[in-house]
Amino acid sequence: MDWLVLGSNLIHDTIVFSTALIFAALGGLYSERSGVVNIGLEGMMVIGAFTGAVCTFFMQPFFEPGSVIPAWIGFVAAIVAGAIFSLPHAVASITFKADQTVSGVALNFLAAGLSVYLTKILFHGAGQTTTLTSVFSKWHIPGLSEIPFFGHAIFEAYPTSYLAFIAVAITWFLLFKTSYGLRLRSVGEHPRAADTAGINVFRVRYNAVMISGALAAMGGATIALTTTSNFSHNTISGQGYIALAALIFGKWRPVGVMWAALFFGIGQAAKSLIQILGLAEYVPTELIYMLPYILTVIVLAGFVGRTNAPAASGKPYETGSR
Amino acid sequence: MNRVIQVFTKESFLVPLFAIILGLVVGALAMLAGGFNPLLAYESLVVKVFGDLYNFGEAIRQITPLIFTGLAVAFAFRTGLFNIGAEGQFIMGMLGAVYVGVAFDLPPIIHAVVAIIVGALMGGIWAGIAGYLKAARGVHEVITSIMLNWIGMYFANYILNAFLVPKGQQRSEIVHDSAVITLQALSNFLGGARVHWGTPLALICAVIFFIILWKTKTGYELRAVGLNPHASEYAGMSVNRNIVKAMFISGLFAGLGGACETLGVFHYLAVMSAMPGYGFDGIAVALIGGNTPIGIVLGAFLFGALSYGAAGMKFSAGVPIELIRIVISSVIFFVAAHGIVRYLLKPILAKRKEEGR
Repeated sequence: MDWLVLGSNLIHDTIVFSTALIFAALGGLYSERSGVVNIGLEGMMVIGAFTGAVCTFFMQPFFEPGSVIPAWIGFVAAIVAGAIFSLPHAVASITFKADQTVSGVALNFLAAGLSVYLTKILFHGAGQTTTLTSVFSKWHIPGLSEIPFFGHAIFEAYPTSYLAFIAVAITWFLLFKTSYGLRLRSVGEHPRAADTAGINVFRVRYNAVMISGALAAMGGATIALTTTSNFSHNTISGQGYIALAALIFGKWRPVGVMWAALFFGIGQAAKSLIQILGLAEYVPTELIYMLPYILTVIVLAGFVGRTNAPAASGKPYETGSR
Repeated sequence: MNRVIQVFTKESFLVPLFAIILGLVVGALAMLAGGFNPLLAYESLVVKVFGDLYNFGEAIRQITPLIFTGLAVAFAFRTGLFNIGAEGQFIMGMLGAVYVGVAFDLPPIIHAVVAIIVGALMGGIWAGIAGYLKAARGVHEVITSIMLNWIGMYFANYILNAFLVPKGQQRSEIVHDSAVITLQALSNFLGGARVHWGTPLALICAVIFFIILWKTKTGYELRAVGLNPHASEYAGMSVNRNIVKAMFISGLFAGLGGACETLGVFHYLAVMSAMPGYGFDGIAVALIGGNTPIGIVLGAFLFGALSYGAAGMKFSAGVPIELIRIVISSVIFFVAAHGIVRYLLKPILAKRKEEGR
């Protein structure tokens, strides 16, 4: 076994599995930077995966077999659905000052129930969608993918992976270089001061939560349209919560979040590595499946930095309060 | 009679009640959207639960674990913690009980008691991990306990496959008769419904829940920490120790539920591909019950009956059983966002105030 090939493959797989985490964690970043805790990322990913898969499925007949256009339509539909689905969380936690954690958890359960319910209606009682024929295929960047080692590792990824990295750059620019970002951060750190300065706290937060839902849904759709090629009840299994962990580990900063998401992606990529290396005989499969979750707990436990969270995160803002 | 009416019009009762109604309305809308008849569906749900003795007994079986997990979630809530990991603790309880039930040879009753205690302790320890990580490392308990749910499920599968499942099968051996806690006489009366000692135990736990929280020093501290950690710390209580303690006790309840489910209902544990779901419903139960013991028992009855009746809904009206997940999550949502309910109730509440004057 060539170790260079192996390393190249590991990076390649890590990027595949991290993509959804990057999207979702960035989503969490918008929401939490504006002061709204978003445990509901998981549910928004579920809705994204569901909408992406279902829309792609029903668009397939209109295009020639193997066309990637239905997948893109599904992806865009997922973005819209995610933004809409995040609205109840926004209404509850911003307007009605609900407990944001509980509201987010309720949204997760709702997504789990709603998506399977609708799947069963649309697919005549089956708990999962039919396997999609139109899914994203990997893009080989001309020239760059020829580079030894790094070519395969980085420049033969799914289009959504490139999008995720672009989203990181955009988020960084938006957050730290524009007045929108300044407003967003100020609302999350000190809403009273922001309000006094003439910023509409409620509007900024609504905006942020909807962006959050859209990004998380992109993450969910990515999984359905690249790795699983369908939607079922376990297409999204905890990735939303792992994305939250990545957000904390990445200290609520776009680039840090990206690295954290990549790190958590290794946990899933290691699954296939263990199989390739032929270690599956020695390591029980259950332990391999546990890996991403254990990794998350260990990293969070070993990582002390509680003071990094945006100051007003989780606190509803009431006009006139101090 | 007047007092009864007063209780029924109290806001603390009205809000959950309207949350339930709104949840059912959301469910009805989802059914209409799916082309089903909501009235027929809800009717067949009720008929399924109350139609005959067997089904009623089975509904009781469905309700029992929810009392346990409801108590677990509520106990943590009282200390300001969100134990979303009752699911994993429930699984650990099932695992501990089935292990003792299969691998040990003990006299009747003692065997069952040991199995239940081991199951409860496993649940307690599992929750305690999340509590410890919160207290010592400041990791949010929601994330760790969710992760522990997955870890717990795969861990249980690993133990099952490695030690308890005969080759080529998908479930453990049956626990020894000495560890079974079926209520045989009652079961015969209910046409063979799988009722077990877990139900009375759950009700006793509701009483214990009350005694610990409101009649002991420990409970006072736990509630104080939940209401105001800073003041409690200033008053000389250890917030961290109380967090671990609260999670441990919370996990005991969930673990008990898992142990009773295994020893009383199935007598074996199957390799899991998905979570059993009792822990998640426990959240709804705790919230709708206002984290009070009586509320939890009533809430468990409601959600247990809904989940059990869902099968009847599927049979008569063709509605996928996931519809009940939509109803339950909507109820959680409306209880969390009780501002929405209050807003909708405003006309009624205002009218009452005027009449009161």
